[in-house]
Amino acid sequence: MADRRLILHFDWTLFMLVLALAGVGLVSVISASYAGSHRTWDPLVVRQLIWIAAGTGALLVAVFIDYRAFQSYAYPFYVGVLGLLIAVMVAGHATGGSRRWINLGIFHLEPSELAKLAVVLVMVRYLREEPPKGGWGLRHMIIPFVLLGIPAALVLKQPDLGTGLILVLITATLICVGGLNWRTMLVLGMAAMLAAPLSWHYLKPYQRQRLVSFINPQADPLGSGYHIIQSEIAIGAGGPFGKGFLKGTQARLNFLPEQSTDFIFAVFAEEFGLAGALVLLTLYASVIARGAWIARHARDRFGALLAVGLTAIVFWQVAINIGMATGMLPVVGITLPLVSYGGSSLIAMMAAMGILININTRRYLF
Amino acid sequence: MAKFRSSNSSRPVPKLDSRIAAMTTIMILLFGLVSVRLYYLQVLHHKENVELADRNRIRIRRVPAPRGLVFDRNHRPLVDTKPSFDAVIVPEDSDKNLSQTIERLERYTGADHIADKISDAEEAGRPPYEPVTVAERLGWREVVALEAHQLDLPGVSLEITPARHYLYGQLAAHLLGYVGEVTKNDLIEKPDYHNGDEIGKFGLERVDEGFLRGNAGGQEIEVDSVGRRLRVLKEIPDTPGQSIVMTIDLNLQEAAEQAMAGKNGAFVALDPNNGDVLAMVSHPAFDPDIFGGGVKASAWKELMTDPNHPLTNRVIQGIYPPGSTFKIVDSIAGLQEGTLNTQTAYNCPGGLWFGGREYHCWRKQGHGTVELHDAIVRSCDVYFYEVGEKLGVDRIAKWANKMGLGIKSGIDLDRESPGTIPSSAWKQKRFHERWYPAETLSVAIGQGYVATTPLQMAEVAAVVANGGTRYRPQFVKAVEALDGSIAKSYPPKVESRIAIDPAALETVKDAMADVVNGTGGTAHKAHLDDVIVCGKTGTAQVVGSKAPTGEDEADDKTPDQFKDHAWFIAFAPKDHPTIAAACIIEHGGHGGSASAPVIHDVFQRYFQLYPPAPKPEIARVIDNDSQ
Repeated sequence: MADRRLILHFDWTLFMLVLALAGVGLVSVISASYAGSHRTWDPLVVRQLIWIAAGTGALLVAVFIDYRAFQSYAYPFYVGVLGLLIAVMVAGHATGGSRRWINLGIFHLEPSELAKLAVVLVMVRYLREEPPKGGWGLRHMIIPFVLLGIPAALVLKQPDLGTGLILVLITATLICVGGLNWRTMLVLGMAAMLAAPLSWHYLKPYQRQRLVSFINPQADPLGSGYHIIQSEIAIGAGGPFGKGFLKGTQARLNFLPEQSTDFIFAVFAEEFGLAGALVLLTLYASVIARGAWIARHARDRFGALLAVGLTAIVFWQVAINIGMATGMLPVVGITLPLVSYGGSSLIAMMAAMGILININTRRYLF
Repeated sequence: MAKFRSSNSSRPVPKLDSRIAAMTTIMILLFGLVSVRLYYLQVLHHKENVELADRNRIRIRRVPAPRGLVFDRNHRPLVDTKPSFDAVIVPEDSDKNLSQTIERLERYTGADHIADKISDAEEAGRPPYEPVTVAERLGWREVVALEAHQLDLPGVSLEITPARHYLYGQLAAHLLGYVGEVTKNDLIEKPDYHNGDEIGKFGLERVDEGFLRGNAGGQEIEVDSVGRRLRVLKEIPDTPGQSIVMTIDLNLQEAAEQAMAGKNGAFVALDPNNGDVLAMVSHPAFDPDIFGGGVKASAWKELMTDPNHPLTNRVIQGIYPPGSTFKIVDSIAGLQEGTLNTQTAYNCPGGLWFGGREYHCWRKQGHGTVELHDAIVRSCDVYFYEVGEKLGVDRIAKWANKMGLGIKSGIDLDRESPGTIPSSAWKQKRFHERWYPAETLSVAIGQGYVATTPLQMAEVAAVVANGGTRYRPQFVKAVEALDGSIAKSYPPKVESRIAIDPAALETVKDAMADVVNGTGGTAHKAHLDDVIVCGKTGTAQVVGSKAPTGEDEADDKTPDQFKDHAWFIAFAPKDHPTIAAACIIEHGGHGGSASAPVIHDVFQRYFQLYPPAPKPEIARVIDNDSQ
C-alpha cells in the first residue's frame, strides 16, 4: 500500500535535476580525461558511469527507508563515521600529502564525504525541538559545537580544509535557520571574523601559500598561483558559448592536476561557455529551491531541518567550488556536487538527494 | 523533554518558514554574484583570456645531461657523446595540420613512423605541449631542409642533444651495452626519469646508469602559439655524468674481436691475479649506435629474430657443455680428495664397459696405459671415466662449485646464467629420481647435464693459474668524477679460495703446458715462442650430433650446424701467469683447431703490449745447482 503511494508521490522533478547534473558531470569527466588520453571511454569515464549507477541505487534505497527512522540512527551513524575518520588517520591511503582514503580493494572510501551527512543528521536530531522564545542563545550551542568540533578536528587533521569548512558552514546554516536568536548570530559572526586572522597560525604552509596566491596570484605565477590563473583563463577563454565539446585547449594544458575533480568547473566552462555555466548554475539553483520547498512543506520539524541541512551541503559546495574556480575564493579542495569525478562524493551526494525526495514523498503518508 | 527551556523573552519563537525563505534568498543571491563574475570573465574579458590561453605557454624543457665517458684501462676513450640534431614536434602546435606536417617532415628528414612515435608518446603519458622527438641524428642536408621550411612545419623545431657515440662500433658491444629511450615501465618505476629521456638498457650502460647519467638541467621557455621559442626565462645548468674507466684493454679487445671475426662464439680474458676482465667478445655482435637514434622497427625486429641471437652475451649467458676442459676440474678434485695422485695409471683400450654398455674414448684405438700427465695432454676419456667413478658425482660437484662452476660468477652484468653442475641432490630435486653411477661418466668428461658459461671456464683457468683463488670478474676499474678524481674504485674481490697442494697443482700445470707445447698435445696452435702457454682443449657435443666426442684432428664431414662447439681454456705465462682466458667457437669442430688460434692471437698481442718479465735464466741455473 505504502509502496504505491511512494511511487505516486515520487519527486520526479528533483530526481530529473539530479540525473541532469550527473549527466553534466559525465560530459565534463569525458572532457577532462580526454585531455590526457584522447580516448572518449577513458577508464575514468567508465568508473564515473559506474559511480552514477551505484549512486542512483543509493538514492532509491534512501527514498524507501522512512526518513523518520533516521532519528534513531543519527547518533550510531555519527559514531560510526567518527570511527572511519580515525581509521583514516591510522591506516588511511595517502595521496598528494594528505590521508583521506581508506582502501577497500575495489573502492577508495573517503569518509569525509560521509562526515557531511553524519553532521547534518546528528545536528538535526539535536535541534529538532522548537527553540524557546526569542530563539537559542549561546548556552544552547555548547552541545552542537561539540558535535561539530570532533569530526571537524579529525577532518582538518587529514588535512582536508575544504570539508572542515563545509562542516562548519552547514552547521552554521542549520543553527541559523533552526532558530538562533539574532543577537547571538551577530556575536558569533563577529567572533568568527575576529578569529579568522588567528587561524593563520594553524594553517599548513601550502594553505598559507594558497591564501597569498589568492590575494596576489601573480606573486608566483608558476607555483601556487598557477591554478587560479589558469582556471580563470580557461573559464574566460570559453567565452559566451564555449569552445565546444572536447575542444578546450586550456584543459589540455594539464594546468590543473585536479581537473576531473576540484577544477572540473573550469573544464566545463571552457568548453560550454557562459551559456553552459548558467545552465549549470540554474540546475543547482533549482535543486536548492526544490530543497527549500521540501523543507517548508515537510510534515515535521525533523524533516524540515533535515531538508535544510542537505540543501546547505549542495549550496556551500557549489558556491565554494565555483567561487574558487573563478578566482573569487582561495583554493580549497572541494568537489562540485554530482559533477566532480569520484565515487565517495557522488554516492554520498546522491544518497542525500534520495533523502530529500524521501522527505517530500512522505509528507502525504502521515 | 523540554531541552530548550523557555526564557522569559517577550519575543516570539523563531519561525522556521521565514528563516528557510531567507536562506533561499541569500543562496540565490550569492549564485547571482557568481554569475556576474562569470559574465566578467567570459564576456568582458573573453578576448584577453583567449589571448592568454594561446600565448600563455610557458614550457618547462629538460636539458638532458651528457652521459659520462667510458675509457679503457689505459684511459683511451671507448664511448663518448657527440651533438645530435633532432627534430621534435609539439603536436598541439601543429593542430589541424598535424598529418600534413608529419608528411612533410617525413619527406624532409627521411624519418619513418612519425605518427606512431607520437601516439607512443601519448601512450606513455606525454604531458600536453611536451615535444616528441621524431627524428634523431639528422645529417646536415636534413637540418638545412628543416630550417628552410620552418613555416611549413608548425610545431616542429630542431634540438641539439648529446647523443651516445660508440667510437669502435661493435667492439665489446655486449660489455658496453647500449642506451635507448625510457619505456613506460621505466617511467613508472623511476620517478626521476621523464618521457624521452635516455636510459642505459644493456651492459655497462645499464648497470652503471647511476654514474653515467648525470643530472639534467632545465629551461623555462616562453613559446608562441606555433611553438616557436620566444625566450628562455630561467635556466638550470646540467651536470654531466661521471666517467668510467674499464679494465679492458682496447688493443687486446681489438685483437680478440679480430681473431673472432666471422665466427659465432665467445672469448673472455681475465687477469688471474685480480679478476679484471681484459677483453670480452661475444659474436655475432650488434651495433650499439642504432639504439640511440630511436631504433627503427625494422632493425629491431631483425635483431630480435636473428637465429644467431646477436643480443645474447654468450660470455655470461651462453651455456655449453664444457667437454674435455672439465677434465681440469676432475683432476683438481681427484688430487684434492686423494682418489687420484700423479702416478695413478689406468689402461685405455679405447672404451670402458660400465653398467652393461660401452663408454667410448674419442680415440677408438685407445691410449694404452696412461698416467695423469698424459691423460690430460692427450685428453683420454677412459682415464677420466675412472677418475670420475672413483670420485662420484657429488665430490665432482663440490670441487666444480669451488672453482666457480654451477654458480654465478658475480660479474656485474644482468642475466648471467649460473650454468648447471649436477649432483645427486640436484637430480632428486629436478627430476625426482636418484643418480645413476653411469651418469657420472658423462659428467666426468664434461657432458651430460654439465653446462658452463665461457666466463666460468675462464675462471677455472684463472684459479689454476693463480693457485686456487677465485676472484669476482670485474670490468670497471674506477669511476672518475668530473674533476678527474676517483669517485669509486673497485678493489679485487675474492669469492672463494681453495688450498691446492702445490705438487698436484704443478702436475696439472705441467700437463696443460704440454697440451700446447708437448708431443701429443691437442693445442699446438696456441704455442708462443717466448712464453709458455698452458691450456686445455674441449669439444662440446651438439645435441643431435652423431659425431663422436673427440679431439681428432682428422676432419669429418659433419654439416656445420651439427658440428661440435670448440673450447679452449688457457693461461700464460706458466710461472706467475698474468692472463687467463676461455674461448668457444660454436660449431667450430675441435678446440685445438678452432679455438686455440684465437687465444694464440690474443695472447701474442697481450705479451707484445705487456712483455713478460725477462726470465731470470741465471737465477734458475743457480737454483738447479743448489738442489
